[in-house]
Amino acid sequence: MLNFVDTVGEAVAAVKDGSTVMIGGFGNAGQPFELIDALLESGATDLTVVNNNAGQGDQGLALLIKEGRVRKMICSFPRQSDSWHFDAKYKAGQIELELVPQGNLAERIRAAGAGIGGFFTPTGYGTMLAEGKETRIIDGRGQVFETPIHADVALIKALKADGVGNLIYRKTARNFGPIMAAAAKHTVVQVSEIVPTGSLDPENIVTPGIYVNSIVRIDSSGAAAAGTAEQVA
Amino acid sequence: MSLVETSIQTSETPLGRDDLARMVARDIAPGSFVNLGIGQPTLVSNYLKPEQNITLHTENGMLGMGPVATGDQIDGDLINAGKIAVTELPGASYFHHADSFAIMRGGHLDICVLGAFQVSATGDLANWHTGAPDAIPAVGGAMDLATGAKDVFVMMTLLTREGASKIVEACTYPLTGLGCVTRVYTDKAVFLTGPDGVRVRETFGCTLEELQALVPVPLTAAPAVER
Repeated sequence: MLNFVDTVGEAVAAVKDGSTVMIGGFGNAGQPFELIDALLESGATDLTVVNNNAGQGDQGLALLIKEGRVRKMICSFPRQSDSWHFDAKYKAGQIELELVPQGNLAERIRAAGAGIGGFFTPTGYGTMLAEGKETRIIDGRGQVFETPIHADVALIKALKADGVGNLIYRKTARNFGPIMAAAAKHTVVQVSEIVPTGSLDPENIVTPGIYVNSIVRIDSSGAAAAGTAEQVA
Repeated sequence: MSLVETSIQTSETPLGRDDLARMVARDIAPGSFVNLGIGQPTLVSNYLKPEQNITLHTENGMLGMGPVATGDQIDGDLINAGKIAVTELPGASYFHHADSFAIMRGGHLDICVLGAFQVSATGDLANWHTGAPDAIPAVGGAMDLATGAKDVFVMMTLLTREGASKIVEACTYPLTGLGCVTRVYTDKAVFLTGPDGVRVRETFGCTLEELQALVPVPLTAAPAVER
């Protein structure tokens, strides 16, 4: 069921205490800042968050972590020069970390959306990140068994949506959007523009609308923009 | 450079970072698909020539990456793996993260160039974590790159600040990948690593004997055909 909503608060209402939330973005590219701000505002807590990083500076995911809303991070690269809120929580033992090689993170997310129960990958074989995991030699190479990462809600950012929820992205801001949209039970998308159904070339759709549940348009000032339903009618 | 023909010493002095980057760029075969890691390897892009027709991959989801963006070119939606604004070249393509790492893991990249803390005699790589108890571990795409590319080139100084060789019998830092490194470009020599041990392609500012005194694994001169 696809809903066009007028406020970011409505858009993130599907996130409950204890939810696993995938948040798109690599660095600032593709990061749904307005949805993250709304999640902070909503008060939802005890969250497991899946993102490539663990927040930067004093915005977005970093603030969710600072406010103690995140119980566990599943990510590939938590430590950055400006990840001070994560660093402090981690050193204080107040946040759990599941560190995953970036390609395994992406493939585990993809596997969840594709209904795969797990896969063997050479990445990480023989390293401390494979400790305790099942391994096999396949085609002469050591491989590690990795399991899918499912989520209750995905919060992602795309460039445009049409009236049936088909999405296109912009440049490297695409990153985790398409695979997170498929991996979550409920996918929330913030877009810059909502266009009439039929105006996106079907050959160029990146995320088909079947994966999308809620769409909110964020105008260039960062405010949720009303009137979206009329635009797509 | 006026050295006897049998010598593998090709420079009177150690190479600087830019000289080394120029050499790596020269060694990349025309038409290759290449990923340059963050830090010193990024310098290689400064020396790739258009006629080499090299396509650069960045793991956040792009092939055909161009030079670093300046001025009006800067676009927050167009960044590289180091989160630096870059440009796109004609023929560029974008794809999602799972596809980007499938490009690596699937063996489609010809070469990746990475930095390292240590490389073992058999090409094991340690470059992601010091293992210090108070360090927050962060791996990013290091293990995927090390495992996936057909050739893994390492660029590093041969010695640590304390003077210890970073080419070691067995890595003491946590591993990134096993037996994955094929070449190591350092300020003092280029090493070829693999199951047959460590061969030296050329030395800079030292002889093979002087180099051997610094490196705790047996070194042999690479056959001329591999130089």
